[in-house]
Amino acid sequence: MTTAASNPEIGRESSTEKEKWLRAYRQMVRIRLFEEQVNELYTRALMPGLAHLYSGQEAVAVGICEALRRDDYITSTHRGHGHCLAKGASPDRMFAELLGKEAGYCRGKGGSMHIADPATGNLGANAIVGGSVGIATGAAFASKRLKNGRVAICFFGEGALGQGSLYEVMNLAELWKLPVIYVCENNLYNEYTHFSETTAGTILGRALAFGMEAVAIDGQDVRRVHDVAARLVERARAGNGPAFLQADTYRYSGHHVGDINREYYRSRQEEQFWKKERDPIQLHANWLIAQGHADSAALEKMTVEARTEIEGAVKFAVAAPYPSVDHVDEDVYA
Amino acid sequence: MPETATPERELTFAQAVREALAEELRRDECVCIFGEDVAEAGTPFKVLSGLVEEFGSDRVIDTPISEAGFTGIGVGAAMTGLRPVVDIMFGDFLTLTMDQMVNQAAKAHYMSGGHWKVPMVMRTTLGATRRSAAQHSQSLHAWFSHVPGLKVVLPSTPYDAKGLLKTAVRDDNPVVFFEDKMMYKLKGPVPQEDYTIPFGVADVKRAGSDITLVATSSMVQVALGAAVLLEKEGISAEVVDPRTTWPLDEKTIVDSVKKTSRAIVLDEGYGRYGATAEIAAVIAEGAFYDLDAPVKRMGAMHVPIPFSPPLEDVTVPTDEGVVAAAREMCRK
Ligand SMILES: Cc1ncc(C[n+]2csc(CCOP(=O)(O)OP(=O)(O)O)c2C)c(N)n1
Repeated sequence: MTTAASNPEIGRESSTEKEKWLRAYRQMVRIRLFEEQVNELYTRALMPGLAHLYSGQEAVAVGICEALRRDDYITSTHRGHGHCLAKGASPDRMFAELLGKEAGYCRGKGGSMHIADPATGNLGANAIVGGSVGIATGAAFASKRLKNGRVAICFFGEGALGQGSLYEVMNLAELWKLPVIYVCENNLYNEYTHFSETTAGTILGRALAFGMEAVAIDGQDVRRVHDVAARLVERARAGNGPAFLQADTYRYSGHHVGDINREYYRSRQEEQFWKKERDPIQLHANWLIAQGHADSAALEKMTVEARTEIEGAVKFAVAAPYPSVDHVDEDVYA
Repeated sequence: MPETATPERELTFAQAVREALAEELRRDECVCIFGEDVAEAGTPFKVLSGLVEEFGSDRVIDTPISEAGFTGIGVGAAMTGLRPVVDIMFGDFLTLTMDQMVNQAAKAHYMSGGHWKVPMVMRTTLGATRRSAAQHSQSLHAWFSHVPGLKVVLPSTPYDAKGLLKTAVRDDNPVVFFEDKMMYKLKGPVPQEDYTIPFGVADVKRAGSDITLVATSSMVQVALGAAVLLEKEGISAEVVDPRTTWPLDEKTIVDSVKKTSRAIVLDEGYGRYGATAEIAAVIAEGAFYDLDAPVKRMGAMHVPIPFSPPLEDVTVPTDEGVVAAAREMCRK
């Protein structure tokens, strides 16, 4: 193991660079621990309904959101907790939303699949597959018209490639050179069906057909995700048009927390392979240590701090009150 | 114990749907099913479990998440010799199929001067209180009931589900078949043999003399629950289930209200321009001079369905709410 003292590379890299990668680590750990607690809340029957966990895909949300300004926009999906946290949402109000409490981001009206937060540019998670592709593209249209320099990131799973509206907005975005980046997180499964059974041709080929800048990356490598995202974001911000980013990744758990028996659609060996060999947090930890940016004790300390934060957030949410029933018909209209 | 006749067989609502489809798939080679995760997964609600094993993956077919596309394929395939049963997992995703259903399926027969037919079934779900929030809880059957050319079916028991679904598959028109996703585990008697239930024939689920509760789908159980509570208060409620909102059995509804002179119409869709509005108008037109009280409508509150349980629970009519309304109307 390379220690800080023995690594001659240390000191050459700016401390901000080191801080950036440590921060990426911390963000990924926070998301992983958040999702562990969601599963726990479900198992203990404290959470109404279901939730779709992001565990395994952390490097995608974190790599990309670390390349964004706070006022840049994101749209998210049913599997959205990671995107929201990476963009800056706080775990306590997120848990409160998941439990349907007044203190939640949407005052309990949205739940797990609908977290939205204007303060961090989060236009909302979405329970309709492909449901936010228009919204993200529309936000990019407004940014361009209003000249505010904001970029919109449209997160979706490879399942959304089935939705025709995606291709309508991609065509428009390229025609009008809109600052939007379509991020396709290919975790291999549309619910319980392997994407190869639902997807003809190649993923990137779809973007290339519109003449769109298109890149495929290893979604388990947070630094690679970040570097590519940073380039595409700055390119979009400079007015050079949209891009399409395919991030190859894997979801560790079921499609949702209740999807326990998965052998009929994917093998245990496959799951173990990704968890053991391709874990984005472990891979990044190895790199941080090899670079001498941290030792395992320092990383463990970050994990303990994150755990304290996340557990405190759960306590807050569990104790928080439900909204008053009088609120039920508020906010139907603006 | 002495040998007795075998007790009536009970199935869950989900099993009744599956049995109807299995029998139709066996009966007619042209029947096929497609939709998202309908094959090995048997849908997220496990309603279709086992069908792909019996009928193979060229008749029970998994699709991409392309509702508009595969609904359109259903329409075209129906026009040219097949009898597709298209599966739309949550009724909320019907919005994505609207052009295919409303502009294509509903009109192909009429616009072609009667030349083309669209013998297609669209199966989907409705209903709230599953803590699934605003995009997975809607009951959108009124939209389809509005459109000439479409038939709309709302079974409320396992028995009705099997008989109505078989009728739907054999019908030469596009039929939209709504299943309450909270009802899949409900059990009831279902005959083993082949039977069909005609469209446009309401079923009196309980006879009564003081008030008529016209209820659809999920609201039939609510009406029956309310009727039991009302009986204890000396109010005799009749529960009429239209079973299809189009064609609508106006006669059975009007006759019941003429007898009881009061009516509450219950439906889980929105009341505003909804199924309850239509049925209340039918009652007003047909039984106005027999009414002792204005017809009352009860449906989903006019809000997107909220996630938070205490909020969601007040958006849907309950047994107690129906009892209170009925009591008020029956006060002499
Ligand atoms: C329009 C629409 N169709 C179907 C669904 C049901 N559904 C929810 S998630 C999902 C699979 C999504 O797969 P993908 O987009 O790859 O995202 P992942 O779950 O893998 O993150 C489906 C079919 C939906 N929510 N919206």
